[in-house]
Amino acid sequence: MKTLEEIKAAIEAAVPGAGVEIVQNPGPAAQHSLRLQPGSAFEVAKFLRDDAELALNFLSNVTGVDWPDKEISEKVKVTRAVTKTVDGVEQTVEETVEETRKRVEPGYLEVVYHLFSMTQKHGPVILRMRTENRSDKVELPSMTPVWRSAEFQEREIFDLYGVVFRGHPDLRRILMWEGFKDHPMRRDYVEPDDYDYEPTAHDAVLAKAKAHQAAQQAAAEKGAAQ
Amino acid sequence: MMHSATDMAADPRARATRPEGTLVSDPDDGTELLEVSMGPHHPSTHGVFRMDVALDGEKVARLKPVFGYLHRNHEKLGEGNSYLASMPYTDRLDYICSLTNNWAYALAVEKLAGQEVPERAEYLRVIVGELTRVQNHALSVGFLLQDMGASGTPLMYGFREREKILDLFEALTGSRMMCNYMRFGGCRVDATPEWLDATRKVVAGLPGFADEFEALLCTNEILMARTQGVGILKPDLAVSAGITGPMLRASGVNYDIRKVDHYSIYDRFDFKVPLGDHGDVYDRFMIRLLELRQSIGILEQALKDIPGGPVMDPKAKIRNFRPKPGEAYGRIEAPKGELGFYLISDGGPNPYRYRVRPPSFVNLTVLEDMCLGHNVADVVLILGSVDIVLGEVDR
Amino acid sequence: MLGEGILKGLAETAKNFAGSYVSKERLTTVQYPEERVAPIEASRVFPFLVYDGGDWQAGLRCVACQICEKECPPKCIYIEKSKDKKPDYVGKPQIYPARFDIDVSVCMSCQICVEVCPFEAIKMDTEFELATDDRFGGLLRSRDQLAKSNEYYHGIHPTEAAEVDARLAEEKAKVEAKAKAAAEAAAAKAAAEPATPAAKPAGGESK
Repeated sequence: MKTLEEIKAAIEAAVPGAGVEIVQNPGPAAQHSLRLQPGSAFEVAKFLRDDAELALNFLSNVTGVDWPDKEISEKVKVTRAVTKTVDGVEQTVEETVEETRKRVEPGYLEVVYHLFSMTQKHGPVILRMRTENRSDKVELPSMTPVWRSAEFQEREIFDLYGVVFRGHPDLRRILMWEGFKDHPMRRDYVEPDDYDYEPTAHDAVLAKAKAHQAAQQAAAEKGAAQ
Repeated sequence: MMHSATDMAADPRARATRPEGTLVSDPDDGTELLEVSMGPHHPSTHGVFRMDVALDGEKVARLKPVFGYLHRNHEKLGEGNSYLASMPYTDRLDYICSLTNNWAYALAVEKLAGQEVPERAEYLRVIVGELTRVQNHALSVGFLLQDMGASGTPLMYGFREREKILDLFEALTGSRMMCNYMRFGGCRVDATPEWLDATRKVVAGLPGFADEFEALLCTNEILMARTQGVGILKPDLAVSAGITGPMLRASGVNYDIRKVDHYSIYDRFDFKVPLGDHGDVYDRFMIRLLELRQSIGILEQALKDIPGGPVMDPKAKIRNFRPKPGEAYGRIEAPKGELGFYLISDGGPNPYRYRVRPPSFVNLTVLEDMCLGHNVADVVLILGSVDIVLGEVDR
Repeated sequence: MLGEGILKGLAETAKNFAGSYVSKERLTTVQYPEERVAPIEASRVFPFLVYDGGDWQAGLRCVACQICEKECPPKCIYIEKSKDKKPDYVGKPQIYPARFDIDVSVCMSCQICVEVCPFEAIKMDTEFELATDDRFGGLLRSRDQLAKSNEYYHGIHPTEAAEVDARLAEEKAKVEAKAKAAAEAAAAKAAAEPATPAAKPAGGESK
């Protein structure tokens, strides 16, 4: 099989301006991947499937990964003017202080595709795509028209991660029920406090159950008062 | 972005449409499609599974599988638990074949952490893996016949053979179905010589079972009438839809991960990959029986050659196991198809991302395409020939 | 010929019907609970705590390190450490579990707790009749119900228990040899340099 660099070159020759990037995998598995731009991903996918040498006609696995907003705090040296009183005289001195600055690296949702070839019997070639953010710009092109196997798996990602696949023929929830809110596989998912509780003496569960009961009771009292 | 309508019609990989001439009702008569919900509590759905079927007389005009009733967010559990603690949970994916689930997960983690497996452990993995395949195929063929109306007898034949294999599993791993046997870098316990002898005895009896089963069923005219030409899956569509396992090979595509990926020690064994011609229910039934015979062959070779030695890599860590940051996708040929695990490590004790690629789930993609234009009774058969386990579909 | 399959099937049925009354290996029904099948050595049902010697409170091997509590996949173990230390069966003061509960209704018999335990203190029982009429309290097993003797362990898992005993004896011998060597070295050092007040024990702590 071609190396990842050769595949990248082939893609760029076939789809001009594809903007493919190689993402290194530092682990011992060394399964490196290609990051596609959502705008050109569909054309790239068609090329990968139809190219005679690559013939990646089998899309095995499609999955989502959630990368939430990351708060990074770093120490920065800052030089600034400080007014000080030295020997009874007020003067301005330049002083260097170390300051902890926090910045938020915006999160995104990532979709990973594992491709193999059933005719050439090689693989995997791993593709990744990222959404712009995790809240409102979560659209990505659907690969279902290229590989049918993406149909249910993309529905699952839509259901559990909330990625909206443009061009999917039937984008509905698949594992959770219709009308369910939120996306359970996201890292910041909070499970709703709506379960029926059975008393077990396991203390962590007991504490949770007590909080649940108090909330339920408060809700019931509120309901009775109205 | 989408293919145009003419494109879709010409492409053999495209979604199937209702075959010409199957429509008996005429919309002008004022007749309409009858919508039926098959399941979720239907004895033929192999668990809690529902199909929204629109019927035109007896013929299926539309079919949408609905599932998720058994969903427990297995992947979220995996992200909240340590690598080792996820191992017993994998037993509960495809609960018929817990040992191959263990194997796929162990393989993925070994890739992620760059671990080696001792030779004896590889042999033991092949032995228990192929025993799992034998009992899965015996059972799935039995259930297929049960769905066809051969109530009880063929299924009980399958169960009888499976029981012997489950006894072996219990003696080796301590549990009949939830085996929890494999570890990262080997297997949990070693097999005793007595266990290997007992296995040889069971394996020696398996060809007799296959002969009996084939003599009774393969040329049975009712079976042939019900299954031949029913639920045809074209190879182009099968490849595009990511179908794997016996279902893919019944459509004539030669793709067996044991041969393609050369994982474990499958290169050392002499076995063939049976292929079907028509891709109908009968072919899928026959492929399972033929694969069962090939598995018996592998078992005989493995039981003959098994070397001595340790079953765990001495460098493997049980406590405080933290793979280096990175990711890995490991897959094996499970009895139902390609079972893969995709793991991302951030260097912590829990995986950052833990994904299961379940074969039953992906194989259901083409259920509608296979059922369109067939009778309602055939839907049950076609679903039976896909061989799903809802523990794995819903996760 | 049409009907051939049916005839074949009927012949098979007749053969099996007759066989089910005479074939010895097929008469497998056991009149439980009066009769029982022989227990299988590898089988695992529910964990128990091993103690050495005659008194379970003194001989409990568990030192409340809480590794099993952390590693348990369904989180069915609950441990509270003791405030004080108590001598174990060899006389070394150890922390012990003031509370050790396992919830039968949550436990899934996976044996992870046994594998991660560094002290060979928790093992799997083969007793499976755990049903009770007390739905909540009765299904929570406390440490006095969980404690079982090493002899009992030998009774249910003889091979495994012998291996464990051999390993423990080896470790104990190693510790004793090291202590002895350290004492000898200290004595030798003390003899050579009488001015040095406290001789350091020889050999670093390994593991």
